[in-house]
Amino acid sequence: MYAVIDVHHLRKEYDKIVAVDDLSFVVPGGAVLGLLGGNGAGKTTTISMLLGLLVPTSGQIRILGEDMLRHRFRVLPRMNLSSPYVDLPHRLTARQNLVVYGRLYGVRDLARRIDELAAQLDLAEHLDRPFGHLSSGQKTRVTLAKALVNTPAVLLLDEPTASLDPDTADWVRTLLKDYQRQTGATILLASHNMPEVERLCDDVILMQTGKVFDRGSPDELIARFGRDSMEEVFLDMARGRARNIEELRKVETVR
Amino acid sequence: MTPAAIAHGSPLTRVTALVLRHWYILRGSWLRIVELAYWPAVQMVMWGFLSEFLSKQTSYVAQAFGILLSGMLLWDVLVRGQLGLSISFLEEMWSRNLGHLFASPLRPIEFAAGIVTMSLIRTVVGMVPVTILTVVFFGFSIYSLGWPLLAFFFTLQMFGWGVGLAISGMVLRKGMGAETFAWAAVFILLPVSGVYYPIDVLPYWLQLIAWALPPAYVFEGMRAVFARELLRPELLAGALALSVVYLAIGFCCFLWLFNISRRKGLLSTQGE
Repeated sequence: MYAVIDVHHLRKEYDKIVAVDDLSFVVPGGAVLGLLGGNGAGKTTTISMLLGLLVPTSGQIRILGEDMLRHRFRVLPRMNLSSPYVDLPHRLTARQNLVVYGRLYGVRDLARRIDELAAQLDLAEHLDRPFGHLSSGQKTRVTLAKALVNTPAVLLLDEPTASLDPDTADWVRTLLKDYQRQTGATILLASHNMPEVERLCDDVILMQTGKVFDRGSPDELIARFGRDSMEEVFLDMARGRARNIEELRKVETVR
Repeated sequence: MTPAAIAHGSPLTRVTALVLRHWYILRGSWLRIVELAYWPAVQMVMWGFLSEFLSKQTSYVAQAFGILLSGMLLWDVLVRGQLGLSISFLEEMWSRNLGHLFASPLRPIEFAAGIVTMSLIRTVVGMVPVTILTVVFFGFSIYSLGWPLLAFFFTLQMFGWGVGLAISGMVLRKGMGAETFAWAAVFILLPVSGVYYPIDVLPYWLQLIAWALPPAYVFEGMRAVFARELLRPELLAGALALSVVYLAIGFCCFLWLFNISRRKGLLSTQGE
């Protein structure tokens, strides 16, 4: 199958700290890959490198067939990002933010696209309020609308449902799943939310201290770890309980 | 999804998008608009009265009443050029928006073009009312300089943009701790710019520095027009050429520091 995201031996060092170490993975078109790991595992660093916000120390990244280190501007119009670690201008209204980003991404018939997104994300009554006056859940939805404004073929989501109540979070997951089905978009999702990962991801990379700890579908990982849920799998990895399992079952660390 | 949402961007649409982002902020607050004209207006009043006083004491100022006022107004064109650009850049830092901007198809040169355009808009919005007030209060019009005024204006703006771009790169690289430079850096050039006195009053070594910078050519040219009604094209050409060079150097500095910031992962982490 066509590799939309193709990462080879990616490494990022800051002085003597290795944030990402020899990371390789391929995401086929239309798949949803989850990056799972504790704080400092290297998930956000990986997403930043995929977007060209951060230059890797070594390794290669190809997205939609283009070398991101040399030709990222050929691909960036077809990508987008949602992250709680990057903000939108607080003094601009939600609509103004969407207009600015819609224009940056060259979206045609932008007014219609914004209305469409506002309806899908239940933002219609908040569109003309300053972004800084919105609740954190509303801000997350506006950020998500910005991430979808150009109908991206590659969507990078860093904790997309952070700050959302369970009902809204579930509704956003349904929206993302529908978006992926309708457009065939490839999604890379970094999350701490295990039900989210189980529901959305076809494939999951478990990351620890910048390295791939294990990889597989949620069902495969749950079975391999001998657990009942991804949350238990995550806790096994985070608390070092998986070391014996790793030895006994010869877990692949890199595929 | 509608097919309408397919991307069709161009450099111009991206530059105008960035200008629109800052225009929304500017037009949304009358205080911000007033702030643009506040300091130029205060200085204009002060230099206007000083000029009136000096014109009764010295024949030099009496002959060319507007020489100090014009100096002040043109110096502010330089300051507003640099500051207007730096403020647009700082707005992105304060709002922690750089990660979204540079994850979009916006290229660094388009970003620079956008904040340069905003600087021009801020300068015009701030300075034009002050030049009109100068006519009202002191009966002096800087527009009496004629078309060289346009050349002086753009030369000083370009130099301000060059300085502003270099400072923006430094703030991006060093973080908000370097913000003070954005507000104060350009004033170090004031003593060697010849705004209120001729360059030849400076010590020789300072004259060498002064003639390496565009403002010296602009203000000497301005004095020639006022005091001797003489247009000196060689000064205009020197100012223009140097401003283009400094603008290019400023952009190269910005690009260099931007790339260092990309290597160090500062684009998505810098902010207040």
